[in-house]
Amino acid sequence: MTLVRYLMAGVLATASLPAIAQDQSTVQPQPTIQLPQPEGPRESITGTLSNERTIIAIPALATSSVQNVAGLRTDSLGRQIAEVIAADLERSGLYDPMGPSGIPAISRAEVQAPRFAEWQGRNAENVVHGFVDASGTGGLVVGCYLYDTALGSELVRKGFEIQPGDWRRAAHKCADAIYSRLSGEAPFFDSRVAYIAESGPKGNRIKRLAIMDSDGGNHRFITNGQALAISPRFSPDYKKIVYVSYLNNRVRVFIYDVAAGSQKLVTESSNATFAPRWSPDGTQILYSMAVNGNTDIYRISANGGTPVRLTSTAGIDVGGSFSPDGKKIVFESDRSGGQQIYTMNIDGSNQQRISFGGGRAATPEWSPRGDLIAFTRMGGGEFRIGVMTPSGGGARMLTNSWQDEAPTWSPNGRVIQFFRTTAGREGKSSLWQVDLTGVNLRRLPTPQDGSDPSWGPVLP
Amino acid sequence: MTIRKSTAMIAAITMLAVGACAKKAPDTLPPAPEGTGTDTGAGTGTGVVPGSQEDFLASVGAMGDRVFFDYDQYNVDAQDQATLQTQSQWLQRNPAVRVTLEGHADERGTRDYNIALGERRANAAKNYLASLGVDPSRIQVISYGKERPAEIGSTEEAYAKNRRAVTVIVGR
Repeated sequence: MTLVRYLMAGVLATASLPAIAQDQSTVQPQPTIQLPQPEGPRESITGTLSNERTIIAIPALATSSVQNVAGLRTDSLGRQIAEVIAADLERSGLYDPMGPSGIPAISRAEVQAPRFAEWQGRNAENVVHGFVDASGTGGLVVGCYLYDTALGSELVRKGFEIQPGDWRRAAHKCADAIYSRLSGEAPFFDSRVAYIAESGPKGNRIKRLAIMDSDGGNHRFITNGQALAISPRFSPDYKKIVYVSYLNNRVRVFIYDVAAGSQKLVTESSNATFAPRWSPDGTQILYSMAVNGNTDIYRISANGGTPVRLTSTAGIDVGGSFSPDGKKIVFESDRSGGQQIYTMNIDGSNQQRISFGGGRAATPEWSPRGDLIAFTRMGGGEFRIGVMTPSGGGARMLTNSWQDEAPTWSPNGRVIQFFRTTAGREGKSSLWQVDLTGVNLRRLPTPQDGSDPSWGPVLP
Repeated sequence: MTIRKSTAMIAAITMLAVGACAKKAPDTLPPAPEGTGTDTGAGTGTGVVPGSQEDFLASVGAMGDRVFFDYDQYNVDAQDQATLQTQSQWLQRNPAVRVTLEGHADERGTRDYNIALGERRANAAKNYLASLGVDPSRIQVISYGKERPAEIGSTEEAYAKNRRAVTVIVGR
């Protein structure tokens, strides 16, 4: 797989491009062409609670000539890419995309010469234009532009040379560039999610490890469901997934190699091991282990070796999530009587409770930005998703349902995915996401029921 | 060893599958596995193989294979002790039999915590059996947390049946 930026696009264009998980071929940085960069006003709207969302027109991307590339028509792809961009921006909650349905198509020539007056007349503050052309070498060239209709100025210009099968990534990269330019936030659409696909009766659920793009696209089942699978976490490079399998009727943490399709135990033990998490650099794994009924948290090299025991109270110490600088761990413990959230140094020292009041608190996850910890608040017979600062301050709830559990952060720390379970004999689990305002709540499409989402970083 | 393991697995999976089909009848019995397959012997007149899951359930009673816990608790109360004493008598009559103690939780806990809680419960039952003279090396423990409810539903009644530790015969 090759995803190459060939037009200059601000600061994003200079990053090196390591290989992408699951697809073994190397991504090579391409020499970039220096193009004059647009200068325009920078809006600051992130974090606002306002419902006044920016209207962005997104007509279908144009094509120089309709061609069939690996079974995909360039004009059809132009519409599909516009649809993915519009869906991404809508899901962010900050924008009100218009199109590609119901608005005029554009010609190839218009891509760099928009009819600003017409888009202004449609009340669009911004317009996205782009093109999809055959590259001549079996691939596609996708161009993506963002304009300010009032000023008539260009705000974003990006281009990608891609394999035809990667057209969704080009759409996500385009949406990320638009989102970043308009919001000032780091990108997050071009990222992936590991989760558990669920099917079958509630008393005997079939639970399979599965992966997909952040919007549910490119879905793929990993395990076949013969062994119960729970609590997956993508490694930071997307090459591996650490998760718990009930293979051979034991509870053990495995590291699954996505490209090789093989897995290995994190550690050899006769005891149950569960609740695994990666360190931010992917070199360490946290897990919990029950010994004679008492669960504590351990840290081990991702390559194996001798585990380090981090907790030693008589209570249940479980889970754990590294701070983005890798220096601290947030975890849960019932040492005080019920589940509450604690922080400690990565050697286990300086354990301090940070959650207080309002029932129990569980499943803490440190934001990739470092500024917040997401968690599950349990009280009044309900689970809700909340956030608080790493010192326990400013706790607030983002969701309100019967059971919302297990938050996982978007790569930019602005959006949280979790799973929602409904009550009763026919109760189901599904994947949802909410932004930090708590207003923008969306269900994620999955082919079956879903639980235990794990959101990875932005793809290079 | 391999045979024993796979037999145990089949037995457990079959039991879980049947458990899932159970309506609200707590008296649905798990099917009897055929032990290791080589110890069929003459059996009794009823066809129940001594030392089998079927034999165990016939001896301890319909719900005698399990003990129940309060919300987020794992202490073995007087009723649990009576149940485990009956189990220990059968286990001591069948000293070659190995068992798995399955720990379970209701759905009102988070996933990882419930696995830890199920471990507590299964170990509490195991430790009590050991205190009665059952060799603890005969007892394996596994926690299913909230993954395998015995009673489907979001009611106190269902939760009470799901907070359990179940003794399952895995073979000799």
